[in-house]
Formats: sequence, structure tokens, C-alpha cells
Amino acid sequence: MSQPRTLLDKLWRAHEVLQREDGVSLLWVDRHLVHEGSHHAFAKLASRGAAVAVPEQTFAVVDHYAPTRGRGRIADPQIARMIDTLRQNAGRHDLRLFDLDDPSQGIVHVVGPEQGLTLPGLLINCGDSHTSTHGAFGALAFGIGATEVAHVLATQTVWQKKPKAMRISVEGPLGPGVTAKDIALNWIARLGTGGAQGHAVEYAGSTIQDLSMEGRMTLCNLSIEGGARFGMVAPDEATFAYIKGRPYAPDGPAWTAAVEEWRTLVSDAGAAFDREVVINAADIAPTVTWGTSPEQALPIDAALPDPAALTPAKAEAAAAALDYMGLAAGQHLAGTPVDQVFIGSCTNGRIEDLRAAAAVLSGRRAKVPGLVSPGSQRVKAQAEEEGLDRVFTEAGLEWAASGCSMCVGMNGDLVESGKRCASSTNRNFRGRQGRGARTHLMSPAMVAAAAVTGTIADVRPLLAGRTP
Amino acid sequence: MAGWRSHEGQAVRLPLANVDTDQLIPARFMSVPRAEGYGRYLLHDLRRDESGAMRRDFPLNTVDQASVLVAGANFGSGSSREAAVYALVDAGFRAVFAPSFGDIFASNAVNNGLLPARIDADTSDALAEMLAGSPCKVQIDLGTCRATFGNHDVPFTLDENWRIKLMNGWDDIDLTQQHATAIDAFRERYAEASPWTVPRKRS
Repeated sequence: MSQPRTLLDKLWRAHEVLQREDGVSLLWVDRHLVHEGSHHAFAKLASRGAAVAVPEQTFAVVDHYAPTRGRGRIADPQIARMIDTLRQNAGRHDLRLFDLDDPSQGIVHVVGPEQGLTLPGLLINCGDSHTSTHGAFGALAFGIGATEVAHVLATQTVWQKKPKAMRISVEGPLGPGVTAKDIALNWIARLGTGGAQGHAVEYAGSTIQDLSMEGRMTLCNLSIEGGARFGMVAPDEATFAYIKGRPYAPDGPAWTAAVEEWRTLVSDAGAAFDREVVINAADIAPTVTWGTSPEQALPIDAALPDPAALTPAKAEAAAAALDYMGLAAGQHLAGTPVDQVFIGSCTNGRIEDLRAAAAVLSGRRAKVPGLVSPGSQRVKAQAEEEGLDRVFTEAGLEWAASGCSMCVGMNGDLVESGKRCASSTNRNFRGRQGRGARTHLMSPAMVAAAAVTGTIADVRPLLAGRTP
Repeated sequence: MAGWRSHEGQAVRLPLANVDTDQLIPARFMSVPRAEGYGRYLLHDLRRDESGAMRRDFPLNTVDQASVLVAGANFGSGSSREAAVYALVDAGFRAVFAPSFGDIFASNAVNNGLLPARIDADTSDALAEMLAGSPCKVQIDLGTCRATFGNHDVPFTLDENWRIKLMNGWDDIDLTQQHATAIDAFRERYAEASPWTVPRKRS
């Protein structure tokens, strides 16, 4: 009998062209996604006079610098140049480009799955650390740097040392108002931002099986915030149902053959993991970050830690974070006033995220200003069809076009210095949303609760009598 | 990229944990072409005040021409932006010593000749304390994975394949192209076994 294998083992083996003596593998890349930030890699390619090896497997998306307002004329010449450079590179190498005026444009990690480019069993690379998102489909997906992007462009392969296997199992039903975002912030708070370094995380357990594809994408997306370059969930019926009929998905006999193969993409019973973590879903509450690292997160009803009570290694960072965030030890998270809110990003900009936020905002007014930027123009169109845009605008929030927007601020959507933002994004790093900006990460429903109350607030009472 | 076996330079401490890539280079500088140099953007918002002037008390600003950084755990966590490595390299850094590194950062570092040397937390604390008093010279030997900070001998950990790569200065694309036959054979076999992996657009 053959040795039981993990999902990671199976995906790795399927893509391994060869293994070097030092244990590093050369892997075949099925999908390569590029964006404006890939300009360094295209420049490297140009300096060698090299061509893109397999143009039909590389897809270009305008997202990091995409204006969310006034797309017709881009005022900032630097932003216009970044987008234009991507256009030129896509044109030169004959790549399919999802440009600003494309009805399918959006954030690369929303567009890939939506277009059926993301499939179980594929190896997917992108010069972006949140590429782990695509692992939600049972793909081997990981972020790479510019040198590696140039390498994939030139060879359609990537050198990589196999990571260790880690399994995070979550069991039981999630409480009302608790989402995939809360699962992620919970485990990152427990294990730390370096907790899963060197590992590929497979998420398993009944809670994960019950998550929608959107929820699984949110969870896999945030793997890197816990240090893991890879996050993955074994594909199942929910996965296949999501993919079926999407523009680039296989159809006819190819679909049948694909699904048959995809069903084998599970960790075998008894497969050995280098590390196992088990979490009880009932222990997870709506969670909010209070500091400048995603591990500095607490349940909504908690008080902020006193650095003096922490280990020396954590104390200094906690004191600096409290100072930067304008918060005090012992203060309660709930009730902290916010200046603005943001809903969007590759973490939480999908239709289900917008529905969850709209369920809270419906019939209510936001006490603070805010921006809603859907994860893609397709998500935007669907939300408008469902009337969600009116819920947001009637609540007083701005409804804008799709892009990375205020998650990283490259397109000019910034939080001013000293302002506090309740945000559905992925990083609360110092200055991430703008120099001096104070970011609190939370789920879209929790952002909506912050908008309605003008403070960091528990969404659960606001959901009473509503369908979340 | 040129390979290297040993290095002598000046060490400086950055006694912070979780120095993320957004600190190493804020996003707003990333549209600059590499040819213009990224050194001036290194740790921009930590090193400089609102007016752009260097903060005198920031450790990195107290030593001229440092080439070896001693930092806290989880250095380079966060995004895949290789610009974080460009900023260090263009500012003259050849090595970072820390208890742990972000996975993508470490890989990017090696691809640009920058050594991500892992040391244990106690050694990191001891070096940071030593460097707080006065800057010191450091010698690094990749052949033995040892460094000498002043009089202190410091062994460090580095993946073997990364050590070889740093020493050889291999260009991965050149290396891979030597395997063109194996890649072509794989591609053919793979496309035949799993034809659904090739994207097919409906009309």
C-alpha cells in the first residue's frame, strides 16, 4: 500500500518537472497573474531580450493603481504611467489584459476565481503575497517576488523548496456574526504573524467544509499574515458548483475529466502533517485588530492589553503599537470612535462580503464617511442588480469602482494621518493605508457596525431580527 | 548577480520585531524605476520625520555606510514586494541577521545577493545590546556560515541551497534554460494527462 499523502504532496508531485540535488524543485506553472507592480519583472525580461514563454497562461489585471473614481481621465501622471506600462507590456507579449474599461476588471485575486482561471489542482503564481487566496480551490498558489515573476514569464516554471505541511482544523458551527475573517484573525492572534512560516497551511474540519467559496478565499487569503506562503482547502461539491460555467473553466468532456481528477485532491486518511492545530469554532468571536500587526487582534468584547503584563518580546511592540494607534492599555475596543470605514480588497471584496455589510446597513445611516470598492466590476454589477449599492449610498457611504483601493493606497485612496479606519482589508501595518493612518481590521459586517455606530462595535446586536 | 563568499563591513542594529515590507519601503515609492535607486526609500517613514529630515535618534541614522543589519524576529513579513530588498541593497546592505524572516522576503533577498542570516533570539538580543553601545565591524563567511561581530563569533543558519546560490550568484533563468528538454517533455506529458489545465475561453 502506498504511503498516505497530503494535499500538498499531491499538488507538489503533479507539478514537479525535476528536483535538484539540494532538494529544490522546478515546478510547472499553470496560471501566472501579473499587475502594474510587475513592471520590475517585465523590465528584467526586456533587459535579456526574452519573450514570455507561454503567453496564453499569463493574465494581466489592472488593480493596484486602478482609480476607483474618475477613470476616464487619470489626474496623477505617475498612476497613469504605471497602468500604461502594464498595457504596453501586455500588448508587447500578447497577454490577455483586464483593463480599466473591461467589465471583468477587478482585483487579481477576485478576477482569477470569477473567470474560472483558478481551478483545483493548478499551480498559480502572482507577484503578490495574497496569491494564497486561490488555494481555496485546492490549488497550489503562492506569491512570488519580481525576480521570480521574470523567471515564470521567461520559462513558465518556478524553483521552489517544498514547504512543511501544517493543518489547521476548525470544528463546529460558527456563532452568529462570526465569519471566515474572524477564523483567520483568531489563529493569527494565537500563533503570531510568523506562526506558520515555512509551512503550507491546509484548512480542514467541519467549519471549513461549511464555509462558502468566498469564505474559504478570505481564509486562504490571510494565510500570509500568519507567515504561510500557501493556504489551501481540499475541493468539494461547493468548489465545483462555484467553477461550473465560468468563462475560462473547462466544459463538456473536459469538465467531467477535470472533476474526476479534482475529487482525488484531498489529504489521505493518516497522512502526516509536520504541525497540527485544532480550533473550536465556538471559541471564535467577532475579532478586531488593535495594533500594527495582524497578530494584535482581540475579540470585540476584550480590553486592550497592558504591555507590562506581556512577555518582554511582545511588550515593546505592544507599547509602540498602542502609541501609534492612539489607544491606551485597559481601554475597551468596543466604543472606540472611528473616523471612517472601508469595505473592499482581495480579502473581503466579494459579493457575499457586500451582502453581509448591506444586511447591517440596510435602513440605517452611517455616522462616519466611508468608501465601498467592490472586488471586481462583475461583483459591482451583481451588487447593483441586487440593489446593494442603494443600501450603501442611502446609508451615506460612497460606492466606487473596483481595485485594491484603500487597502494599500497606491491609487490615491488614502486614510489621512491620525485618522482611524475600520477596514475589511488584510494589513494593519503602520502607514499601510497612508502615513500615520490607524487601521483596525475586521469583517465586512463589523465594518458596517462601525459605520452605523461611529465606533468599533459588536455587530451581533445589530443583526437581531435580520438575515445576515 | 555576482556571487560572494565573504564580506567585511559595519554592523548596525534595528531593534524591532516584525519590520514589515510596508516599513521597509512604503507603497507610494514603488512606481519608481529601479535604475533611479531605492536606497533613499529604505525605512522611509521610520527614519524620517514628516518634513523628510532624518531622525537623529533612529539607530540606522547613527552609523555611516553600514552594510549589515541586526534586527528582531519576523523581519520582512508582509508583501511580496521585492522593492523591500532593493531598498536594502541599494542602501548598501549585504546581510540581515534576525531570528526569523518572512518567507517571500527571504527568497527575494537571496535572489538579489542579500544574505538573510538566521540567528537565535538570544544572540539577536546580545548583538543588539552590543551594537547599542558602539557600532562594530563584522566579517561574514558564507563558506562556514559564521560571522564575527567585534570579538564575538556568531554562527548563523541558512538553507543550503540559498548558501550555494549566494556564493555562485546563479541566474535562475540561465540555469532553468539548461533544463529546457525536461521542461518540454513535462509540458507535453502533463497537457496530455490533464488537458483541462490549459485555459480555454468560450466563444
